[in-house]
Amino acid sequence: MPDTRTGLATMSTMLAGLAAIACGAVGIAWALGSTHGGMAFHGWLLAAAAAISLFFIGSMVRGETHADKSTYNDGPIKFATIAALFWGIAGFIVGDIIAWQLAYPALNLDLPWTSFGRLRPLHTSAVIFAFGGNVLIATSFYVVQRTGHARLAGIWSPWFVVVGYNLFIAIAGTGYILGITDGKEYAEPTWYADLWLTIVWVVYLLVFVGTLWRRKEPHIYVANWFYLGFIVTVAMLHIVNNLALPVSIWGPKSYIIYSGVQDAMTQWWYGHNAVGFFLTAGFLGIMYYFIPKRVERPVYSYRLSIVHFWSLIFLYIWAGPHHLHYTALPEWTQNLGVAFSIMLWMPSWGGMINGLMTLSGAWDKLRTDPVVRLLVVSVAFYGMSTFEGPVMAIKAVNSLSHYTDWTIGHVHSGALGWVAMVSFGAIYCMVPWLWKRKGLYSIRLVEWHFWTATIGILLYITSMWVSGIMQGLMWRAYDDLGFLSYSFVETVEAMHPYYIIRAIGGTLFVLGSFIMVYNVWRTIRGDESVDLAEQPSVAAAPELRLQPAE
Amino acid sequence: MKHHHILEKNSILLLLTALIVVSIGGIVQIAPLFWIDSTIEKVKGMRPYSPLELAGRDIYVREGCYLCHSQMIRTLKDEVERYGHYSLAAESMYDHPFQWGSKRTGPDLARVGGKYSDQWHVEHMINPRSVVPESIMPGYPWLAANKLDYKNIAENMKTLRALGTPYTDEMIKNARQDVEAQVDPDHDEVDALMARYPKANVANFDNNAKAVTELDAVIAYLQMLGTLVDFATFDQTGPNLR
Repeated sequence: MPDTRTGLATMSTMLAGLAAIACGAVGIAWALGSTHGGMAFHGWLLAAAAAISLFFIGSMVRGETHADKSTYNDGPIKFATIAALFWGIAGFIVGDIIAWQLAYPALNLDLPWTSFGRLRPLHTSAVIFAFGGNVLIATSFYVVQRTGHARLAGIWSPWFVVVGYNLFIAIAGTGYILGITDGKEYAEPTWYADLWLTIVWVVYLLVFVGTLWRRKEPHIYVANWFYLGFIVTVAMLHIVNNLALPVSIWGPKSYIIYSGVQDAMTQWWYGHNAVGFFLTAGFLGIMYYFIPKRVERPVYSYRLSIVHFWSLIFLYIWAGPHHLHYTALPEWTQNLGVAFSIMLWMPSWGGMINGLMTLSGAWDKLRTDPVVRLLVVSVAFYGMSTFEGPVMAIKAVNSLSHYTDWTIGHVHSGALGWVAMVSFGAIYCMVPWLWKRKGLYSIRLVEWHFWTATIGILLYITSMWVSGIMQGLMWRAYDDLGFLSYSFVETVEAMHPYYIIRAIGGTLFVLGSFIMVYNVWRTIRGDESVDLAEQPSVAAAPELRLQPAE
Repeated sequence: MKHHHILEKNSILLLLTALIVVSIGGIVQIAPLFWIDSTIEKVKGMRPYSPLELAGRDIYVREGCYLCHSQMIRTLKDEVERYGHYSLAAESMYDHPFQWGSKRTGPDLARVGGKYSDQWHVEHMINPRSVVPESIMPGYPWLAANKLDYKNIAENMKTLRALGTPYTDEMIKNARQDVEAQVDPDHDEVDALMARYPKANVANFDNNAKAVTELDAVIAYLQMLGTLVDFATFDQTGPNLR
């Protein structure tokens, strides 16, 4: 039996080595053969990543055979957690830069690589896919092991997922700056980046399902339903929406196979469900694990979890057309979009109630533990933006809100208030647990982070409500003689003060994330905690916790 | 509810059931758009982009213009008065990808063609605030400096033809020559170009006769946006009205 296992491990290592060599070969071929400088750079990037991977595979062969297979595999989780912090900071800063660009256009610097049109996809991809994606990969690998009492499936595959995913981010992000894009919102990466992500994602699904397969608990825990739903649906959305034909395999240009109205519908089927599955279902998995763990209470209702999961994933997928009201999309499709968007309010709030009511009997922790506060406030923001969403999907409201900053504010109440806050909460929980620390370096810094970020978010959302509704009203205002009251540029001018307020809110949010990175860095480094007495015992890694006296 | 434990105890069953549940909405909403005839109106005047316009469109996509400018006039009174006739599905039938946009930080561009002079566009692209002082648009001075790379434009057209755009062999054979003819009103092949691409604007768009620049291509694209369908003869009560 040990012989078979060693044999399998050797074979898997050989396969990993061969895969790295194959990637390196493709990278070098593109580096030398591509007619496009940006693509040649991506070729070198792929080749370099392959070379580094090969080095690690070689140097870890000996160590791996001695590794303790009876414990959880936390290496890839640590990698993804640090990557999430890095990309988070990068994405937040780029977001704030483009916010200031809208207030002061000279900040575009008249250079291609720094102009708004190239930086905005960099911002959205960095925060959604790089920050959010790494948080999801890290937490899903953490949760699926703990709730199933099983080590991650595969020896090299979990590493391939985290390294490959971050390579995808690097290729996509540098591509935008160099003008390599497919031109579809939130789906900008070009054909070779899309292909690479497809490979990585399929391996991610296999590792996740493989780990579920190994579980020692008969039931699959609810958080894993949400992670599984997220992984499989994102695979479907990504593949269908990005089908494209490259002009040449030596160049980055490709054309999406769909055109016009069909492309629009496919895009928003994808786009809305990038929100529904990437930014919602996945992060609900975080909610269902980290809130009960941190407050040490069971999930409020098992029955509600079941209703929440199935109704959410069924209804969400229909909501896309509400991005296309009063356009050339057929009206029957628009109306289906409205109906399902409004129905979606119910499962969303069901989930919110399930998350919040988990605090039953532990509401005092909201006052004493800022990590709990981050988690709970994130669920409150989730409730708010999932109420706002159906309202904005109503055609009469949408005729005012669409194309304005109201949409931008709505997205950020979800993205900053819900996604980022629940991620911060999960990171603050997970870092001491992963690195075997007695607690965070400082819980008071978490308090500072919470308030800085919350004030930043409130400035952001409120300024965008005002500017969005105001601009929508100005566009449709008529004077007494029946003429439109305002020229377009007058409505742009009126936005200026709100753009400054929004950018200040963004700056606060960035400052908060710096506090987090400092705190996490000191925790990982192993520095003595400055306020351990104020931290709940659950902050410590499980094996370091004091057992209550019998 | 009583039987949910079956799914909860079987990862593959859970995976497959979830996949079926999330597939339904997309199948119902997307698939019919490919075969219901009334989805795209039958209109006169629509044609594929000329090679120069196509190159301009590719630059429009490259620079992320769609992030601030929509190309979709909704069926609302104020929009029709501000921008012109509401957009038809047919008007973006050759757009890979669509560029309807989702945000109007700047105005809609679906019918910007012919609204401003070429010279206005040149100055506006190089420094938007020189013609619109309150504008917050970035300047794009590099478009005027960059020579247009059109040596492979025929390959781009072939790719689009493979996806269904009706480019003819003649159009593809003459692609590079058509680029040069469209920026030079004295070019011998202007008539042939106009026959292939009716209503194309022929002009030295950027006032630089020495080179075909990226700015030439972008302005050629902007100046044709929304101009192909003649709304004086368009019958909105036609058989394809949804």
